[in-house]
Amino acid sequence: MKAGWEHFSHGADIGVRGFGETAEKAFEHAALALTAVVADVSRIEQKESVEVQCQAPDLELLFVSWLNAVVYEMAVRRMLFSGFRVVISGGSLSGTLSGEPADPERHRAAVEVKGATVTSLQVARDAAGWWMAQCVVDV
Amino acid sequence: MDPESLERHGEFEWWIPAAGEMRVPGIIYADRKLIEEMDEKVREQVVHVAALPGIQRASYAMPDAHWGYGFPIGGVAAFDPAEGGVISAGGVGFDISCGVRTLHTKLDASALEASKEELADALFYSVPAGVGSTGAIRLGADEMEEMLRGGAQWAVTRGFGIRADLERIEEGGRAADARPECVSAEAKKRQAHEMGTLGSGNHYLEIQRVAEIFDRELAADFGLRQDALVVSIHCGSRGMGHQVGTDYLKRMVVEGYRPIPDRELACAPIQSELGRQYLGAMRAATNCALANREIITHLVREAFGRVLPAAELTLLYDVSHNTCKIERHPVDGEARELFVHRKGATRSFGPGHPDLPPSLQRAGQPVLIGGTMGTESYILAGTGESEGLAFSSACHGAGRSMSRTQATRHWRGRQVVEELREQGVLVRTRSYRGVAEEAPGAYKDVSAVAAAAEHAHLARRVARLVPVICVKG
Repeated sequence: MKAGWEHFSHGADIGVRGFGETAEKAFEHAALALTAVVADVSRIEQKESVEVQCQAPDLELLFVSWLNAVVYEMAVRRMLFSGFRVVISGGSLSGTLSGEPADPERHRAAVEVKGATVTSLQVARDAAGWWMAQCVVDV
Repeated sequence: MDPESLERHGEFEWWIPAAGEMRVPGIIYADRKLIEEMDEKVREQVVHVAALPGIQRASYAMPDAHWGYGFPIGGVAAFDPAEGGVISAGGVGFDISCGVRTLHTKLDASALEASKEELADALFYSVPAGVGSTGAIRLGADEMEEMLRGGAQWAVTRGFGIRADLERIEEGGRAADARPECVSAEAKKRQAHEMGTLGSGNHYLEIQRVAEIFDRELAADFGLRQDALVVSIHCGSRGMGHQVGTDYLKRMVVEGYRPIPDRELACAPIQSELGRQYLGAMRAATNCALANREIITHLVREAFGRVLPAAELTLLYDVSHNTCKIERHPVDGEARELFVHRKGATRSFGPGHPDLPPSLQRAGQPVLIGGTMGTESYILAGTGESEGLAFSSACHGAGRSMSRTQATRHWRGRQVVEELREQGVLVRTRSYRGVAEEAPGAYKDVSAVAAAAEHAHLARRVARLVPVICVKG
């Protein structure tokens, strides 16, 4: 396994999956996968930063809450993000999203994400110690 | 799904007998081919729903059923609060009260020929569509609350729409007992710029031609005739519904009732505080969807007024297909008040149903089935039999046969738009990738779904519509 992200198929929607040497890194990469559902990540410049906080009773729900925080900030700020930093402490997550206002001409966003779901939700570490975080997002 | 693994009760009815934790059987309505193409996950989800407390008669799946969130998309289940029945955020879905409405134009398709491009541009300019699009209407806190309580009725009062529209919308255009105070500040903020917007994904605004009439009498009752031009709008409750779904799914997972290991089926007893709060918030989001479709209709009327002033846009019907409604249905010979979840399924009241307006008493409720931009859509009519078959429900669309990722590997958006133009369909879009993801070939055969709904007696086919202009969300 290596650090990065990928999509996986779900009938009507799409799954996002991040990998990393820590849960934080896996969460960050999954947020890139989420953004890639919407637009081409490589076209999004990191001009402004937004801080988010999430709480949840377990790591998997914290992952869903994190992705939903990203979805929410994209929606209300009309921004796209390509840089993500996550710090997890107990049941709390502090995140920094870096991006820019969405530009219909340049970003050509294809679809908006309605929300991250608990379908195919998994946050796990493999035998080699690598973390994976995934769930299906509703588009 | 392997048909041999199901118990066949007729050509279009397939049972999963109650076993293990199931309180009722599972029943899927489809033909053999649709069953063979159906995801195995549908069976799993039908079985899980059948195990929920207070479920009545059966856990149903419609002919277009596919893998959803806890409930299958195309799932119908009714719960009795008196028997500990539950309500599920996943059973309603993230796009609360997403639905379709179809309008007459009083014009024939031939009237459009000279101004087809102009109308396509006018609609694309008038109706905000696609990711991040914003509407011109901004609501302050008080008016947001009025909109969440009033739905399409609020929109008409504000001058977006006409009063005659209301009797052609389920529940008269307003979900009663909405509780805006149960909607989070985040949901209200997310909706602030999105009134009167179409959204993205599979949402669309189409100008369509009536290509085929199946039942002349029903078509006459619905005001449909061969080659008539109609308008169909498919969209939902926008950021409001998405955030209400997100907020309450998490609360139901954390605080609600989790009968099985599957967290996505998290729910709450209808009579619990959480259940009541979700109901109030869901109804508010329903009103947002109804107001949104009414505002979009107003924008469409304005565009027609500029390009084709001879057109007169009247509403045939507006159906929502992600809902939970209180309805009276007979169970064991006794009429009971049940909470009917329809996730990707349409209500289909038959002729004579007391909740239908006088003008639809003879024909029954119009059931609007959305297709894809390159294929076709259907108008059906609810049947009396569908009450006993599936709490008066029918299918809602084609359902995907291919994932978005697969679709973008198969098609290029620009090429899809060009091919559709050659077929006589003008597409307007802000995203070619979005077009590729929604390519007609990525969907199942909507004709097979509509035929199966008729053969199973859930609804009767009235007319087939083909697109002429598609503004893609």
